[in-house]
Amino acid sequence: MAETTTHDAHATSTGLSNVKLGMWLFLGSECLLFGGLISTYMLYRGRVSDGPTPEQIYDIPFTSVSSFVLLMSSLTMVLAVSAAHKRDDRGTNLWLTVTALLGATFVGGQVYEFTAFYNEGLGFTTSLFGSSFYTLTGFHGVHVTVGIIMLLAFVAINKRSRVPGSKSETVEMIGLYWHFVDIVWIIIFTLVYLIPV
Amino acid sequence: MAIIERPAPGIIVPALPAGTPAITPSRTFGALKRPVASTGWKSWLFTVDHKKLGLMYGATAMFFFIVGGLEAVLIRLQLAAPEGKVLNADLYNQMFTMHATTMVFLFVMPMAAGFANYFVPLQIGARDVAFPRINAFGFWCLLAGGIVVNLAWFLGGAADGGWFMYAPNSGPVFSPSRGVDFWTLGLQIAGIASLTGAINLIVTVLNMRAPGMTLMKMPVFTWLITVVQFLLLFAIPVITVALFLLTFQRSFGAQFFDVAAGADPLLWQHLFWIFGHPEVYVLILPSFGIVSEVLPVFSRKPLFGYPFVVFSGAAIGFVGWGVWAHHMFASGLGPVSVAVFSVATMAIAVPTGVKIINWTLTMWGGKLVFSTAMKFSVGLIVLFTIGGLSGVTHSVAPSDTQQTDTYYIVAHFHYVLFGGAIFGLFSGFYYWWPKMFGKMLNERLGSWNFWFMVIGMNMTFGPMHILGLQGQPRRMYQWTEARAGEGFFNIAFWNLVASIGSLVLTFGILLFLINIVITARSKVRAPLDPWNARSLEWMTSSPPKEHNFDSIPHVHHLDEFFHRKYEEDPVTHTMREVATAEQVLAELERNADTNIHMPSPSYWPLVLAAGLPIVSLGILYSIPVAIAGGLVILYAVYGWALEPSVAVEGDYEEPSSNGHAVGTTHG
Repeated sequence: MAETTTHDAHATSTGLSNVKLGMWLFLGSECLLFGGLISTYMLYRGRVSDGPTPEQIYDIPFTSVSSFVLLMSSLTMVLAVSAAHKRDDRGTNLWLTVTALLGATFVGGQVYEFTAFYNEGLGFTTSLFGSSFYTLTGFHGVHVTVGIIMLLAFVAINKRSRVPGSKSETVEMIGLYWHFVDIVWIIIFTLVYLIPV
Repeated sequence: MAIIERPAPGIIVPALPAGTPAITPSRTFGALKRPVASTGWKSWLFTVDHKKLGLMYGATAMFFFIVGGLEAVLIRLQLAAPEGKVLNADLYNQMFTMHATTMVFLFVMPMAAGFANYFVPLQIGARDVAFPRINAFGFWCLLAGGIVVNLAWFLGGAADGGWFMYAPNSGPVFSPSRGVDFWTLGLQIAGIASLTGAINLIVTVLNMRAPGMTLMKMPVFTWLITVVQFLLLFAIPVITVALFLLTFQRSFGAQFFDVAAGADPLLWQHLFWIFGHPEVYVLILPSFGIVSEVLPVFSRKPLFGYPFVVFSGAAIGFVGWGVWAHHMFASGLGPVSVAVFSVATMAIAVPTGVKIINWTLTMWGGKLVFSTAMKFSVGLIVLFTIGGLSGVTHSVAPSDTQQTDTYYIVAHFHYVLFGGAIFGLFSGFYYWWPKMFGKMLNERLGSWNFWFMVIGMNMTFGPMHILGLQGQPRRMYQWTEARAGEGFFNIAFWNLVASIGSLVLTFGILLFLINIVITARSKVRAPLDPWNARSLEWMTSSPPKEHNFDSIPHVHHLDEFFHRKYEEDPVTHTMREVATAEQVLAELERNADTNIHMPSPSYWPLVLAAGLPIVSLGILYSIPVAIAGGLVILYAVYGWALEPSVAVEGDYEEPSSNGHAVGTTHG
């Protein structure tokens, strides 16, 4: 009896593994982080001082394309999780790499967008709109970048067969984080780009 | 379960003979091998044991309690006489800012976190928390954060904008020193400790309860700690945003709180208090939990209305999110907002009142034992009620508008925080000291300790009601004789009383520190069950073994330990003793688990946390240093990811122990 209670890998009171429950709680906390940043942006988006207004600089078609790329990365992430559950190492590594590349494309698009906006006169310190826009989308970009690092690090560690614990669960956790970041982008894209001031 | 095997000395692996040869780590994880020391300072530095970390939280918090207390004494010395000369205006601003910051973020929160770390796993019959390495990381973040916040004292002056750091007063124009920068970055780091701790403890409580322990059989302390962790989980990210905005403004020229650029100064107030009001319950609920453990034990009765205490705690957790703007009644929110928050604030008094009634009725008709722990608990009930009543007067907005920024507010929150939170923590010290250290704190000295604190606290904070209603404003570094008033309401008299009271209070706390030293030197061991306690943390040796329980108990009752010692007599319907604590423990030992796996110590939590202050200082002084700190963090994360929390045989050279390690911990 004692053996089973200490050894049983999934004998948790809820039935959810510790990592999964922990990840969900963390994502719940992240909702409030982005909630605070989005509120700040919504408060300040009309306060442009002498700088450009949102309508003047947003390039909706371009951002729509990069948003599409990011959303597609959720699909490849699902494929990676599915491959990991089938213990298909090659498939897992492949789809994780593709996900990372799509994510990197999105971040690249964001870097391009920031550069373009800066050249059009919207700096971080230009106006309240500028400060809150760069802070909100920047925080999201950092989250995507952290996700990319997790994806690539996992692939590197997996190739050396040094993943501790359950491999499929680790991939699933990266997936949860990745989907969350994508969902946040849907909200940001709608509120920041699509809804006029 | 966070149970993994580590064939190192000091771990219970009964198959190993005594005098095991030294363990040598062999495998490397990101350039570092596993730490193996099980004694000495290294065993503390790299520990992931929830009990050691609990004590480290406690010791750190105690240090900052003394620091914050000395700051308070300086404030009172300055205000003891008209036109005080102890501090100048600038230093006075720093002093009250750091006093509050230290007491809130570096004493009450970490002390409660220490108790939670130590006792939640024990109370639910677990062997550790869900993520032991993250637990260690949290402690080091707290320490790093505390150091960064206080570093400013030596680098051009500490933060001086009040603990709420209202904008635009916290901007570079009004706060030109680096103090506010250290403050934002330090609290950001300390916030990581709260957030990771929240996730860790919630998962631990939800996932790792002993068989049979349903949620409604959990001790109230564990329940209220869980409510607190949910509050932290959702409140910390909001202050994180606020602190980031302030850092970006001060360090990178963003305009968030720059009124000249059209910014809205109320943004900071909203963000701060959306965090800040739940934070108030973060401070008080752990002490409510401690009192709910202590009162039944020393009343020799079960807690009156356990479900009411639990659900009113949860209700406070929910309603606590809807009252933040009562801190902002004077800011011109508009009549509708003020009315809504006014009513919500009156409503939140109800679940708190429910608790007071439950505690009182727990004592009603009980065989009361006035130990020091009990005295502090009863003290909490009385003093918190006084503070709670003055709190209700704040909920009446027109009255609050008069009281805002006067000493009346200072009186209120010191009654609830000192009389409430700190008295609860002291109750916990006296109650759990024998469990943590195997020795009893001196009860006679404890009694002196208690009475000096009660008298000192009422002398210090009681007169502040009068001072506040007479209109003495908070945060003024001097008051003048000419405006002191006459007769009973002469503020010179009451300021002097308050200042003398603060010295009485200090002496009371000094007695506690003396008590610690005397107890540490004493050779008298505490009995196994000195208080005739009721919950699982007492169903193990004192101090508990590293693996907490020889066998994981199966739980059938609320107050399981009590029900193993006592049974109801079917004829007389009274409880009679059927087993002593020693017999209950012997029973657990007889069924001891043969292979107990404990989490392995790790370097990475410390390395990772060490990167954070480097980044902070880099942001303030030199960006390359910040990048170097970032690399330390990346390196630590890499090593952490490579190192399984489950130590396997190949991680060490010789000898290997029996059995393969299986674990699910990803700490």
